[in-house]
Amino acid sequence: MSIKLTRRQFAASAAGAALVAGSAPFNIVKAQTGKLKIGSIHPRSGFQAQLGIACQRGIDLAPKVLQQLGIKADVEIMNADTESNVDVARARAEKLINDGANVLIGAFDSGQSSAIAQVAEQKGVPYIINVAAAPQITEQGYKFVFRNFPTAPMLVGDGLNLMKSVFEKSGITPKTAVFMHVNDTFGQSMAGAIKAMAPRFNLPFQIVETIAYDPQAKDLSVEIAKAKATGAELLMPVTRLNDAILMVREMVKQRWEPKIVMSPGAPGFYEGQFYKTLGKFSNYLLTNVPWYNPRSAMTQKLLDQFTKTYKGELFELNVGFSFEAVMVAVLAHNAAKSTAGAALADAIRKTNLTDHVMAGGPLQFNEKGQNVNIKSVTLQNLDQRPKVVLPLDIAEDNLTLPMPSWQKRT
Amino acid sequence: MPADLILTVAVQGILTGLVYGLMALGLSVIFGVVRVVNFAHGEMMTIASYAAIVAFGAWNIDPLISMIPIAVLLFALGYAMQTVLINPFINRPEHSQFILLAAVAIIMVNGLLIIFGPDARNVLVDYALDSIEVGPLLIDKVRVITAVLALVITAGLFAFFKLSRTGKAIRACADNHLGALVVGLNVKHLYALTFGIGSAIVGAAGAMMTLLIDTTPNIGPVFTLQAFVIVIIGGLGSMPGALLGGVLIGLSEAMSGLFFAPSAKTMFGVAILILVLLFRPQGLLGRKA
Repeated sequence: MSIKLTRRQFAASAAGAALVAGSAPFNIVKAQTGKLKIGSIHPRSGFQAQLGIACQRGIDLAPKVLQQLGIKADVEIMNADTESNVDVARARAEKLINDGANVLIGAFDSGQSSAIAQVAEQKGVPYIINVAAAPQITEQGYKFVFRNFPTAPMLVGDGLNLMKSVFEKSGITPKTAVFMHVNDTFGQSMAGAIKAMAPRFNLPFQIVETIAYDPQAKDLSVEIAKAKATGAELLMPVTRLNDAILMVREMVKQRWEPKIVMSPGAPGFYEGQFYKTLGKFSNYLLTNVPWYNPRSAMTQKLLDQFTKTYKGELFELNVGFSFEAVMVAVLAHNAAKSTAGAALADAIRKTNLTDHVMAGGPLQFNEKGQNVNIKSVTLQNLDQRPKVVLPLDIAEDNLTLPMPSWQKRT
Repeated sequence: MPADLILTVAVQGILTGLVYGLMALGLSVIFGVVRVVNFAHGEMMTIASYAAIVAFGAWNIDPLISMIPIAVLLFALGYAMQTVLINPFINRPEHSQFILLAAVAIIMVNGLLIIFGPDARNVLVDYALDSIEVGPLLIDKVRVITAVLALVITAGLFAFFKLSRTGKAIRACADNHLGALVVGLNVKHLYALTFGIGSAIVGAAGAMMTLLIDTTPNIGPVFTLQAFVIVIIGGLGSMPGALLGGVLIGLSEAMSGLFFAPSAKTMFGVAILILVLLFRPQGLLGRKA
């Protein structure tokens, strides 16, 4: 059977085909050069809710602050709640991508971030981790996963180095230590890193007891009793927020007063809720943690906007890293002039920002997608807020040790 | 390991266990009489905890005082639940009762989430961080107070069921439902009364619990499960059994945390449950069916 076309019919068909063929790429191009849709995925309910909400504040402020800094930010923020649950995180990441997210940012927790990374890689959508330290996330050979947060070994390395600086500066050198850590992905990563790295740092103290506990523990009385019984002079806690509160409360009750309480790099002690709940008992605790650079002009701009928008809330690292994640995505979008996953990922990989919010060197990603230039600082809780006490070039206050007794605080 | 450390941890475990026992007592009382398992038990306790937190935040009322009106409030809630919701399900299959109360539990958790949000809340009274020195032991003052109150409430409840006419009538309903109907007892009212009493106990426990732990809406299901473990170990329907189960769980959590791994504390409580189910299925102080 043969089909006969007249010359007029052939011309009409060819014109139609040309129109379809011509418009298809145009549609693709149009879809890829529009507004950047950022999927912000954090634990906004469940036991990590307060921390997820802190991250969200950094995300929400970013477009306005970037515009104030003269950076074009043509973005739409899409929000998702992981409910502090790994499986929910995975499902919400898929939904965000199905709903059109071009970039994902999140998710505060290492377990949840690992699950989201798998989804993002599979779908070819860039994922910028704002806060999560488990090293394996950027050791998988992922092409679309970037992390602007130190890995657990980086945190521990910086944390242990800063410990030695604190001992030197204060003149107090503990001989024994207890290491207490939350038993989740992050806590285990930190414990693994400390075990592997501590011998290399030639630390002056011996870890006499390691105590792991449930992240959702309702009571830490046994754990503190056990730690107190060692008579250790240094407590090294790796906590989340709620357990950090429980821990200090129990230390006060059991009147355990080690010479120094210093986190090698974990949340808890510097969170707004920690100060609100514990008041005077929150003071003098130390944390070695990546932190915002109080001397940076960009930090001051962000801080101004944060103070205006969230009166009475604390500006801390979750806000800073989340802001920077949006900034990386926006600059990549502006450079790539596309919302296509591969183009955005290429642009993110080329990021090189010397002026940014968090302390450390230029914001760059290595071949694994990891920013290796972030540096920790030593924070001390003074006047019920975190203050940088080391390194001295960006210090806001003087290191105050030894800690006064719990009973003698006013 | 130093003896005073072991003793301190053991005492803390027993004191905590007594409060756990009080919490589970309500569940045991309700099951013992109405023969309905309250799957919203922990959630009702969480409601009581939030009521205590609100009373402290708004009017600075100590939870040890606000527990009285809260218990009355929870009594009313329990009485209404039994009258309106559970009585129509009394003769229906157990899975219907389970679904009904599980649905009530979900509504309660989500209601609390909508009203209070997911943040952990607590009550910080002046004596919250005080301790009592007894020789070499340093014991948490709040735990001592709450444990003593748990014992007093349990003794009062025991006396009510043994000595009062209403208590005896409730026991008669539990022993012989048909016989109670025949002698003219208002069984539906007595069931509602029992559910109310069980709820009032959990109300008191919830208010006290704010002094021991931080409250979040999602803590309810955890306590429902814990109450189940305790009453099954102690014996469903047995009041002393609930207290004994609570103490065993408190003690096992404390000792396993001390001698084994603190992160595996719950595992030991569940291991005791399995042993009890294997060798004494009616519970340590329960009666054989």
